[in-house]
Amino acid sequence: MFKGASNFAGSIDSVFLYITVISLVFLIGLTIAMVWFTIKYSRKRHPKAVQIKDNMKLEVAWTVIPLIIVLSMFYYGYTVFLPMRDMPDDAMLVKATGRMWDWTFEYPNGKKDRVLVLPVDKPVKFDLTSADVIHSFYIPAFRVKEDMVPGKITNMWFIPTIKDTFDVFCAEYCGQRHSFMITHAIIVSPEEFEQWLAQTDADSDDHPGLIIMRNNACLSCHSLDGSKLVGPSFKGLYNSPKKLIIDGKETQLVANDEYITRAIYDPDAELVKGYGPKLMRSYKDVISADDMVQILDYFKNHAPR
Amino acid sequence: MQNTNYLYPKGLKGWLTSTDHKRIGVMYLIAIMVFFLVGGILGGIMKLELAQPGQQVMDAQTYNGLFTVHGIIMIFLVVIPGLSAVFGNFFLPIMIGAKDVVFPRLNLLSFYIYIVGACIAVLSQFAGSGPPDTGWTFYAPYSLESDTNVVMAVFAAFVLGFSSILTGLNFIVTIHRLRAPGMGWFKMPLFPWSLYATAWIQVLATPIIGITLLMIAAERFLNIGFFDPTLGGDPILFQHLFWIYSHPAVYIMILPAMGVITEIIPTFCQRKVFGYQAIVISSLAIAGVGYLVWGHHMFTSGMSDLSRWVFSLLTFIVAIPSAIKVFNWIATMYKGSIELRTPFLYTLSFIFQFMIGGITGLILGSLATDVHVHDTYFVVAHFHYIVFGGMGFAFFAAIHYWYPKMFGRMYNERRANWAWGVVFSGFTLLYFPMFILGLQGMPRRYFDYLPEYTFGHVLSSIGAAVLLTGLFMMVHTLLAGRNGKVAPANPWGGKTLEWTISSPPPLENFVEVPTITEGPYEYK
Ligand code: HEC
Ligand SMILES: [Cu+2]
Repeated sequence: MFKGASNFAGSIDSVFLYITVISLVFLIGLTIAMVWFTIKYSRKRHPKAVQIKDNMKLEVAWTVIPLIIVLSMFYYGYTVFLPMRDMPDDAMLVKATGRMWDWTFEYPNGKKDRVLVLPVDKPVKFDLTSADVIHSFYIPAFRVKEDMVPGKITNMWFIPTIKDTFDVFCAEYCGQRHSFMITHAIIVSPEEFEQWLAQTDADSDDHPGLIIMRNNACLSCHSLDGSKLVGPSFKGLYNSPKKLIIDGKETQLVANDEYITRAIYDPDAELVKGYGPKLMRSYKDVISADDMVQILDYFKNHAPR
Repeated sequence: MQNTNYLYPKGLKGWLTSTDHKRIGVMYLIAIMVFFLVGGILGGIMKLELAQPGQQVMDAQTYNGLFTVHGIIMIFLVVIPGLSAVFGNFFLPIMIGAKDVVFPRLNLLSFYIYIVGACIAVLSQFAGSGPPDTGWTFYAPYSLESDTNVVMAVFAAFVLGFSSILTGLNFIVTIHRLRAPGMGWFKMPLFPWSLYATAWIQVLATPIIGITLLMIAAERFLNIGFFDPTLGGDPILFQHLFWIYSHPAVYIMILPAMGVITEIIPTFCQRKVFGYQAIVISSLAIAGVGYLVWGHHMFTSGMSDLSRWVFSLLTFIVAIPSAIKVFNWIATMYKGSIELRTPFLYTLSFIFQFMIGGITGLILGSLATDVHVHDTYFVVAHFHYIVFGGMGFAFFAAIHYWYPKMFGRMYNERRANWAWGVVFSGFTLLYFPMFILGLQGMPRRYFDYLPEYTFGHVLSSIGAAVLLTGLFMMVHTLLAGRNGKVAPANPWGGKTLEWTISSPPPLENFVEVPTITEGPYEYK
């Protein structure tokens, strides 16, 4: 939490507050009563129990009053929820697809990306779906979540209200790397957004190899700045000496084209020392031979040293 | 005289083939305690992995298998049978003045079905293509696609369902047919009442999960297209079918827990239960309305907006009978003469934790707030407060309450109280930080997490270590109780029928069938 960054966050947080405060009054009151009775009527102080008759009025009271209170909680939660389900017509439509274990966001002009870039203070609605199993599109700072169901389109909308970068999680368990299915929502000014939207991969300044890796979510596990994520950083990879574990035995070699190709197509055959198997999947049927040439060129000539 | 109780004659064969409800109860107790400790240790290993961000002791796939088997063991082998199979079997007949349940042999069969189901569940971890990794919820289509040993795990749950159905059936008929002369419905103690409400859920809801799990198996083998969208099926249908059972299953766990608590409070307060009828009616109301709230597990599933608010409304309504019970328990303490013994400590912490579980249930039941915390650690914390803080603590309360009756010995109370203190602190430290993590947006079933969630996870992992220590202290104290002081027939001054017979109970419970003339809690 606790910073809310969408048009819904404020009112949702007040529902939280409403339910929590009333409940805390009950929790604290009842707990104090319980402890106080235990002390006050302990057998030492109060050797003979007083038998008390059932009291119909009391029972009706503590049925009806809580009922009214919870109905008010329901109603408050319901009224705040209603607008969340009322998709505005003038909102920009983004098609979001979840797949094991990454995201694609498609914009009205056909641009696709794995991070979500949005203009601040503009409504946006989503068509959500999944390419394989159920995922759930969750942006904690915006207080929004909706499942992505294969074979079905679900919806969501909101207005981002703060320019910043926010975490986007998959909240429905979807298999091995569920917990790595993370991306970002980057909220920018409308002008920056228009600029970004007009940019296609072709006129980006970035090296095509880098773009391929970005689009395949490689960079969610590999950093370019030397920091360790799920996998080793790509910084200074090419031509560096590597300690590997092959079939349980430690081996040394220098990271050249062949090694990097093997590391991408069959990652578990040669493990970088200090990393477990089954983290990186094989990209054999994902990265084509042409793409591989670009990636290798990137590593060899352009990657940060 | 001494050797006429149900514990004699000794000998394994006599135990394994006995149809005596008390012996069956004790066998369930042993099996369930073993599974509980295994499930608890598995949970501890998960907490070890989560103690720091990044990989600690296992890889992601192992972790996913681990939370799946932790869930399957805890839900299907521990908390669902839990109180009714152990204490229901042992005490239901005694508390209503009967010599046994109505179908003793069916009862033994239920036990063996449970054991077979448990064996299949264990086998699913080792046989075939790797431990199942779907979570205990088996959500389609992942459960259709995962190449792990899902079918066997599903089959285990299916078999276990039969054990539950048969036990429920047995209890319903027992309560209808075998109450002692003079014990009208409203003279029956409240633990049997809660078992009665529970038994109906067991009988009516369990077949639905059975069919649903078979549909998963059929779909995997025959590609029928119930749930798989590529075959024209609907994955959300699976969730409906699953929760139509699995939500009422929460009440299968918690109703008997409430029943136990309702027995313990009058005994240690020496007071008549306040609002006996209100408690009975709320048990039945929970069983009834509890059937109609399953959709609150699916507020973000893509189900229609209409169903979302209807289920939310019903969810808030089902909170009321639970609240009524809490009010009645605390009112029963008022002007009592309270003895703070070990079972009562567990009872007080039950009420406290149950209230927290209930309150956070309101947050989850409200549409606006559920969207944010659904499928996060908030939910994990919430249901552990209900299932462990509620049902688990009621189980501990029950074992400390009835131990002298069941085994004729007293455990060391000083040590038992210490164990309670450690268990309670460990529990709080383990689960409370999860509420905060959930509010911060930490999704559940994550092998790894972003650095900003580290603090809560560290606290929680420390709590797990404390809790496990406390549990071992508790189990050790109970086991050591074998050689404790000989227990009198009525160590706590209870009023229900089990305290009128010797400890441990004689083989046929009552030398002479009692005749009931007044309510169960008539303290004078
Ligand atoms: C889920 C996290 C993850 C993703 C996504 C991922 N990797 Fe990896 N990668 C790892 C891990 C962990 C290792 C180290 C273990 C090993 O050698 O397999 C690794 C190792 C490597 C290595 C060897 C690095 C070294 O220092 O020797 C290369 C090259 C590599 N990955 C490239 C890629 C490329 C290209 C992609 C995208 C197409 C990718 N990875 C996607 C986790 C990931
Ligand atoms: Cu996912």
